[in-house]
Amino acid sequence: MQKLLEVKGLKKTFYKNKVPFVAVNNVSFDVNEGECLGLVGESGCGKSTTAKIITHLTAPDEGSVLLDGEETLFLKGRQERKLYQKIQMVFQTPQDSFDPRRSLGDGIMESMRNQGMLKARAKERMYELLDMVELDREFASRCPHQVSGGQCQRAAIARALAPAPELIICDEATSSLDVTVQAQIVELLKKLQKEQGLSLLLICHDLALVQKICDRVLVMYKGNIVEQGVPDEVILHPKDTYTRMLVESVF
Amino acid sequence: MTEKQKITIRKQKVVKDHTKRKMIIFGALAVGVVLTAVFAPYLVPYDPYEQDLGSALLPPGGAHLLGTDRYGRDMLSRVIMGSRSTVFSALLLVLVITGIGSTVGIICGFHGGKLDSFLMRLSDVFLAFPGMVFAIAVASVMRGGIMNAVVALACISWPKYARIARSQVLTIKSTPYMAAAKLSGSGTLQMIFKHIVPNIAGTVVVTAVLDIGTMIMEIAGLSFLGLGATPPTAEWGSMMSNGRSMLQTSPWVILAPGTTIFLTVMIFNLAGDTVRDILDPRQRGR
Repeated sequence: MQKLLEVKGLKKTFYKNKVPFVAVNNVSFDVNEGECLGLVGESGCGKSTTAKIITHLTAPDEGSVLLDGEETLFLKGRQERKLYQKIQMVFQTPQDSFDPRRSLGDGIMESMRNQGMLKARAKERMYELLDMVELDREFASRCPHQVSGGQCQRAAIARALAPAPELIICDEATSSLDVTVQAQIVELLKKLQKEQGLSLLLICHDLALVQKICDRVLVMYKGNIVEQGVPDEVILHPKDTYTRMLVESVF
Repeated sequence: MTEKQKITIRKQKVVKDHTKRKMIIFGALAVGVVLTAVFAPYLVPYDPYEQDLGSALLPPGGAHLLGTDRYGRDMLSRVIMGSRSTVFSALLLVLVITGIGSTVGIICGFHGGKLDSFLMRLSDVFLAFPGMVFAIAVASVMRGGIMNAVVALACISWPKYARIARSQVLTIKSTPYMAAAKLSGSGTLQMIFKHIVPNIAGTVVVTAVLDIGTMIMEIAGLSFLGLGATPPTAEWGSMMSNGRSMLQTSPWVILAPGTTIFLTVMIFNLAGDTVRDILDPRQRGR
């Protein structure tokens, strides 16, 4: 299997009142093409920071992120925008991830318009994307506060799909939704991954979910990756003490 | 007692929302004031600058509805004509400080770093002075004239808007939708004009409309001190200043422009409150 994304020796320290806090400590992993990789761990263990580093929302102190074998961390401006055609992200709070003064359709079309696509063509594609995420076309003209969390998250997935990326990072994309909606969103992600040949990096703290859809799982604890492997293996025979604790607390 | 009598029906007190009606009334009044200023030359019954010493200091009533001043100029005409300089310069002033202030604020909030520190310390310096004193200093350096008064007041008033815009931008910058906009490949200018400006416009516009009244007072204040409009220009502040010495013998000379300032400021403040109710519903009723 071809490696799509390689993360090597990532390190990030935050300073709060000059007290250092190591959020991400020497994290290395690969995401293969067409793979669904799970990244689990408790709140504050550095999962989201890792995602933010990959998507250039935060700069790391050390390390490198390679996409298709090319370093991405130094990219700026136009090059950076090209990166965003390959890597997209779905955020934790769907309603906050859309501009409150703009319609969902506008949000989905933004990346296509920025690539210079004509408005009519972008609109057409936006409707196709809404069909793809099984959202009614009339939602395009609604504002984020006029739709439910699940519907909004579907729109967010449509937005992430718009530039036809190779990797979508879901940063706790289901944790703010209720259980039934969570299941629907997970189904949708699984379906899209198969249809589009996407790679998924699924960040979450729900082991059951990871077991259900991920091909491989990484367990993160206090900024370090403590265990990795096939979900069934990790969950049934955890080697690390923290993983064991995590598994016991769920099952 | 039967069962029916025991039940007391509690009437629910319905608080009516008068926002719409208020907007129509105060909006119309504010527009009325502005229109008066625009069409002032056609509305005045007499030439506001024509002196007629024979009919000096006439009390209100008769041919001169609000009386005359010590040069025999018709007070009503001067009050109407005065709205031009006072209201126009207040509106211009608010426009200028809103523009400058929010531009600086957006740049500071978005760019951050040394530029932000420098501009914010600069605005701290302006905010540290008592505003009116600083305006008096600037105005007296630049000599009289209503335009110089506007410049002087603009110098001290922009930091407020810079602060408001900056804090709003900082809040918006950290929201997931700005991250999403970045991931959608939006450049800096696009992020500012598509996402930041529309989202801070409400707060800035509300502050600006509420400030019109204050600015009318400050311009009138500077003119009262002789640092704004120069005689014989009809301006409410300088008209009050002229009538000051005759307060006991002929109070109408000071009351006419005084009452006009009071009413105009009140109209703009109430209109501003209503605009806030509409654009920023969370603050309603405060």
